[in-house]
Amino acid sequence: MKEIVTANYAVAEAVKQAVPGVIAAYPITPQTEIVERIAQYVARGELACDYIPVESEHSAMAACIGASAVGIRTFTATSSQGLLYMHEMLHWAAGARLPIVMANVNRAVGPPWNVWADHTDSLSQRDTGWLQVYVATAQEAYDTTLMAFRIAEDEEVLLPVMVNLDGFLLSHTMQDLETLEPGTFIPALHLPHAIDTAHPAAYAPLTGPNYYYRFRWEMERSMRAARRVITRVEEDFAGRFGRRYGVTEEYRCEDADILVVAMGTLAKEAEVAVDRLRAEGTPAGVMRLRWFRPFPTLDLAGREVVVIDRDYSFGFGGVLARSIRSTTRAEPFSVIAGLGGQEVTHEDIASFVRERKPGDEFWFGVKGDV
Amino acid sequence: MYEIRIHSRGGQGGVTAARLIALAAFLDGKHATATPFYGAERRGAPIVAFARIDESPIRTYSQVRSPDLVVVLDRTLVPVIDVLRGLKPGGAVLVNSGHAVALDHMKVHRVDLTGIALDENLVIAGEPVLDTPVLGAIARLGVISLESATKAIAEMFQDPRNVSAAERAYREVLL
Repeated sequence: MKEIVTANYAVAEAVKQAVPGVIAAYPITPQTEIVERIAQYVARGELACDYIPVESEHSAMAACIGASAVGIRTFTATSSQGLLYMHEMLHWAAGARLPIVMANVNRAVGPPWNVWADHTDSLSQRDTGWLQVYVATAQEAYDTTLMAFRIAEDEEVLLPVMVNLDGFLLSHTMQDLETLEPGTFIPALHLPHAIDTAHPAAYAPLTGPNYYYRFRWEMERSMRAARRVITRVEEDFAGRFGRRYGVTEEYRCEDADILVVAMGTLAKEAEVAVDRLRAEGTPAGVMRLRWFRPFPTLDLAGREVVVIDRDYSFGFGGVLARSIRSTTRAEPFSVIAGLGGQEVTHEDIASFVRERKPGDEFWFGVKGDV
Repeated sequence: MYEIRIHSRGGQGGVTAARLIALAAFLDGKHATATPFYGAERRGAPIVAFARIDESPIRTYSQVRSPDLVVVLDRTLVPVIDVLRGLKPGGAVLVNSGHAVALDHMKVHRVDLTGIALDENLVIAGEPVLDTPVLGAIARLGVISLESATKAIAEMFQDPRNVSAAERAYREVLL
């Protein structure tokens, strides 16, 4: 069925179709619409699931961990300060190998208080062991949420997945959405280490120096396997439903000498900038990074790279730019733009490309050198 | 791409109007987006919302800078906000007003949405409903079809007075 909805609604709709057994969530702007909708589905009997309205995000994740540990499909959603409040439990969910799916509506971190789009909230959770994907349309938010359950629950992965969407810019923008009947696309969850009272076992007991690192290596092995699983699940999705995204989405990249790399809605805006630059005779393209964890292998050889970061790691640099610099041979022009919802238009992006200085860092809107 | 900017005060339905326009355009078979600009919105504060309509998928998420159409739901905003800012040459302006509106020598389309809402007893929490009737006036400007406008309204609101108010605005807008 085709309809026109916000991306928040699209996420809620996908969650309803994935039928989690337990959803525990706490509302926060701009994510509220997701959990509000889900609560409505449950109240109307459209989704048979235990909905736990907890008193904090820390508890939301803790409740999901408890439910997931007995082998039940779980979901939660949050944003910004809420995600940060979960931090301890995020490590726990990944370390306990629980395939929890969470939508994070990207929002700036305070102070100063700001409710608008910014990727620093999720990128500051990059070392927790969660898979991270960034989407750019309502349709992609819907499709990716469905795929997230399948990827997280794959026995080669068994790690939680965070689906990230830009606050307001995407979460509150109405776009067309084609819903589908997932059918057998998401099989029933089989958690091999689920708590089973018939076979009592100890979970996460004190683990000494001789063993701890083995569990960490197992997590990394699964992260590496996740690259294959993501591709496999995307192929299956495309075969069934006809839509394909990829680890990166490339726009006019084939013959491009200059690549703009960004995540989320900024990368869609960059497509319009690239059309303009092409008309001026500048052979530019856009590489939209979708999966940030596991970080993909990118082939940027022989191209100039302009990276736009809607985030910052203080004392270091743009998280995406630095990640690209450390995994490829590129010396990107690093643009810090869109922090806390700062308005960035396709004209602005075109000017970043025109005025690029490889190896430099540029803070959009800040006068003088940084 | 056809771009619309709606000026209103918090509580007047500017954001809902943008959503209704996008839905109507979608029902017309086009691609459309509605993007509210969320600021420190509260009842009475000036707010803006945007709608975009195109034949192909819309990839821009930034605010509308050069609208083809400016809609003003509250005429008291005209002296305090530059509602014409960035208006495309040949662009149109639609103001909710029962009287002629002088706006920088522009030709202003006007319709008394407040009067229509009060007449139809379309009042919520003491405020006349403007977001559904305005769809009728926008349809008359040819941006969306009246059929899709009324269908969009009926899809989002059950009270049939919303549709009849839109139909009245379609007939009564002064072009």
